[in-house]
Amino acid sequence: MARMKFLCDAERCIECNGCVTACKNENEVPWGVNRRRVVTLDDGKPGEKSISVACMHCSDAPCQAVCPVDCFVTTGDGIVLHDKDLCIGCGYCFYACPFGAPQYPQQSSFGARGKMDKCTFCAGGPEEANLSDAEYEKYGRNRIAEGKLPMCAEMCATKALIAGDGDEIADIYRERVLRRGGRPQTWGWETAYTEG
Amino acid sequence: MRIKQASDGAAATPVRQKMSPKKKRRIATFGLLAILGLAFILPLASYSVHFLGSSAIAQDVGTTVNPRSNYWRAVKEGVGGYTAVQGAESGILITPGGTEWQTTRDGIVGKYLPWAIVGMAAILVLYHLVWGRKNKLDEVRSGRKLKRWNWFDRLVHWITAVTFIALAITGLSMLIGKTLLIPLLGKAGFALWAQTSITIHNVIGPVFSVGIVLMIVMWIWHNIPNATDMQWFKQGGGLFSNSHPPAGRMNGGEKVWFWLVAIVGLAVCITGLVLVAPIYGIAIPAWANALPLVEGSRGQMQQANLIHAVLSIGWTAIALGHIYIGTAGSEGSFEGMSTGYVSAEWAKQHHNQWYDNAAASGKVIEPGSAQSQDVPERSIPATAPS
Repeated sequence: MARMKFLCDAERCIECNGCVTACKNENEVPWGVNRRRVVTLDDGKPGEKSISVACMHCSDAPCQAVCPVDCFVTTGDGIVLHDKDLCIGCGYCFYACPFGAPQYPQQSSFGARGKMDKCTFCAGGPEEANLSDAEYEKYGRNRIAEGKLPMCAEMCATKALIAGDGDEIADIYRERVLRRGGRPQTWGWETAYTEG
Repeated sequence: MRIKQASDGAAATPVRQKMSPKKKRRIATFGLLAILGLAFILPLASYSVHFLGSSAIAQDVGTTVNPRSNYWRAVKEGVGGYTAVQGAESGILITPGGTEWQTTRDGIVGKYLPWAIVGMAAILVLYHLVWGRKNKLDEVRSGRKLKRWNWFDRLVHWITAVTFIALAITGLSMLIGKTLLIPLLGKAGFALWAQTSITIHNVIGPVFSVGIVLMIVMWIWHNIPNATDMQWFKQGGGLFSNSHPPAGRMNGGEKVWFWLVAIVGLAVCITGLVLVAPIYGIAIPAWANALPLVEGSRGQMQQANLIHAVLSIGWTAIALGHIYIGTAGSEGSFEGMSTGYVSAEWAKQHHNQWYDNAAASGKVIEPGSAQSQDVPERSIPATAPS
């Protein structure tokens, strides 16, 4: 069975934030929440690198381990989904996540954070996919159920961000690295650009 | 072939002497040693390239360091960058602290520490079964009373006590409800309870904090340690003997409980307020980042959460002891906090110095006196000696 993954090629990402916009538009993400963001390291210096980051859909997800109400589900495809009916907005997944993926949309009275929102790999929630308006409002577009890949990766202009079956995207990336002349085992090796 | 030819014609002139078995063995031994030695030394030959200082050759054989490796290592350790997305710490790509926090919380803190509460309960039950009989008053109640706590003392005590129990139950639900309650209530049922728990916890936590601060301010003067307390501790507080060690208004054990509430209580309240601060829209002040335990806002949350959980669990376990001594553990204690008055016999037995002072300054309320009108009806009446 496929193991779904995101991969962002730091040599290709040009910090256009197209993935962020595509995600917000496709999923109608609430104001203030960004399921995906682009981080530029060494911004403005020679050799700056940009990476698009969202939920990494970890195989042993810390958010899932720490959740006090056990509302995370890892699907057969390795997508980590979050049940908004069970979520109590405690914020523990936000403390545990290394990538800052979980976000909180609202601050209601009596100190509740509201239901957590995070990248769904465009696969809706853990409930049975029904492509209804209710599902769309709660989780955003269920593109996986429609047979499509996540919108962020589909919209990436330079194809820096690729999403899909881990084996397939690893092959794509390996081929790119080989063409560049670097070593495939050293991620981010930039022989093609710096050493002529 | 030559040798063979020579040996063929060996009859006349032997060209070559046959090797003695001793020499053969020696050659075999040295040969083997040489092979072994070279096997160890030859792979090290590439180091000679470094010793000769020709790093260019070394690069050709592929020993260069990836110029980006330290860069990515720094990113993995939490060095951030710029992002157009606004939000707390959104520029940080990877925060390694979260996983450490999660494994500690779900490991030692969540799995083993709550057993301290069970262990304490077991110890108390065992104590009550073995030494429970000696909780009685030695003398028959005469109806003479002493005022111990005024209405405000009791109000603060009971508000803090009730909120403490509510906070302990809701807090433990958040920590171990996943293991204990999900099998009982199901995921949806437990989620409902957890939502209620977290709301109760966040709303009454500040009320509890006010109670803790008031108790510290009101009672700190009663709880300054003195020499009598040392004697009290030397006698083990009379827990395992029939004697009653000397004590003033507060005995050594009560003073320890007070300072525990003061120190642990303040720590739990402060860490709790740190945890709810972002929800109430309160920014954690910049000077807090200079404190030794704190790093960044998510780091603050993680550390505050661990300190909060560890201290509260320990506190809950010890509080069981306080509850036991205040109720079933010693006759006549509970009425002090419920009515505000204690019997003179109880005071004499448990707080002899306080009783002596009160008796000397005429503060003991005699039954039928004018002051006794203030003693509430529900106060346990004198039992006439029969």
